Amino acid sequence: MSRPETGREGEFRLLVEQHSRALFGLAWRMTGNQQDAEEIVQETFLRAYRSFDRFDGRAQPGTWLHRIAVNCALDLLRARRHDAGRVELEAAGSDAGDAVPASDTAPGPDRLLLSAEVQRRLTAALRRLSPIERAAFVLRHYEGCPIEEISRELGMSENAAKNCVFRAVQKLREALQPLV
Amino acid sequence: MHISEEQLVLYRYGEAKDAAAIGEHLAACATCRAAYQSLERVLAAVDQMPAPDPGENYAAAVWQRLEPGLSDRAGGTAFQAVPHRLKACATWRRLALAAAMAVLIVAAFLLGRFWPGPRTVARQPLPEQVRERILLVALGEHLERSQMILIELANANPGPQLDVSSEQRWAADLVGDNRLYRQAAARAGDPAITAVLDDLERVLLEIAHSPSTLSGGELERIQRRIESGDILFKLRVVESKVRRQEEKPNGL
Repeated sequence: MSRPETGREGEFRLLVEQHSRALFGLAWRMTGNQQDAEEIVQETFLRAYRSFDRFDGRAQPGTWLHRIAVNCALDLLRARRHDAGRVELEAAGSDAGDAVPASDTAPGPDRLLLSAEVQRRLTAALRRLSPIERAAFVLRHYEGCPIEEISRELGMSENAAKNCVFRAVQKLREALQPLV
Repeated sequence: MHISEEQLVLYRYGEAKDAAAIGEHLAACATCRAAYQSLERVLAAVDQMPAPDPGENYAAAVWQRLEPGLSDRAGGTAFQAVPHRLKACATWRRLALAAAMAVLIVAAFLLGRFWPGPRTVARQPLPEQVRERILLVALGEHLERSQMILIELANANPGPQLDVSSEQRWAADLVGDNRLYRQAAARAGDPAITAVLDDLERVLLEIAHSPSTLSGGELERIQRRIESGDILFKLRVVESKVRRQEEKPNGL
């Protein structure tokens, strides 16, 4: 049986209802894995709960939660870097000699295959990014955060943040270049 | 002269300083325009990556999983009014305890685990594998961040003046951690790693104590310092050693 909610608990529940899906999207893009994304959302709200009394409402709740989620995702990605290394080896092995020629006029089934190949390569390339590169790229590309904000969130200089975004795009480009 | 790939990426994200000039160049230069269009296609493919839908009732499911944990963590009083001063005091105590534990754990880890040799450090009754992996990741991150700052300065273009105030703050932050790792390596009797961390510390200190705006000559002096000792290469070697340890199934 659920215990009765207090006023603050009701407010917190509202945050969960309003922001869960957006945080899931962010977490999934940062990890590429549904289970990890769910774990990050859960951990984000737990951390948010612990500091909810100190949240004074000056920042937007979405921005506050977003920042916590980015940190949770970074922690998880760092802790699982060894898995990323394994994926990198697997992807490198499967990429060898299986290049699909680019074609803008390919018929339906070929186009579908091409699209699947693009996604497969993209997924592998995203996994090959270092946690910091991936975080910087996701924040810049999907979340539209300016470099200056990314540098603050990731605790690095603006030049370093710029380099991270650039390196990430370069790696994605190298992975997709023959196909798009 | 063509636009660099980096400039194209920044332009695409609206972060290029000379956006108008780049736009004009793209209109006039077929090579750069083709490179930019190729970049657009890659990023368009990225946009099409489908994200899974967590389902209509996802938020309710999140709350259901959260609620019991919230009451356990808070002892049933998390949302009751607790005087802020008391909470701040408790937070400081927790932070101080956590900092002390972190120093002890890192030292124990570095002395007793990372460097081979007789294990004289008493084991702590903590979950070993998880703790060690986190610590390895922390050391790996320290080495990675150190490399990033050095690469950034090594590749900077010497101009009349370069603002390095953020790099300085970053270097100053890294010096403290580096000192801890270096001292632990020295005590563990690993002269090779101690020497690399010692070199790194000197460079970081030089960056941290240099003027916040560097002249071309000052930047070149730092760049020569980075290149002369092959510090970047040595850091990569140490980092790869740490990463290999990290990837072992049993941690260390």
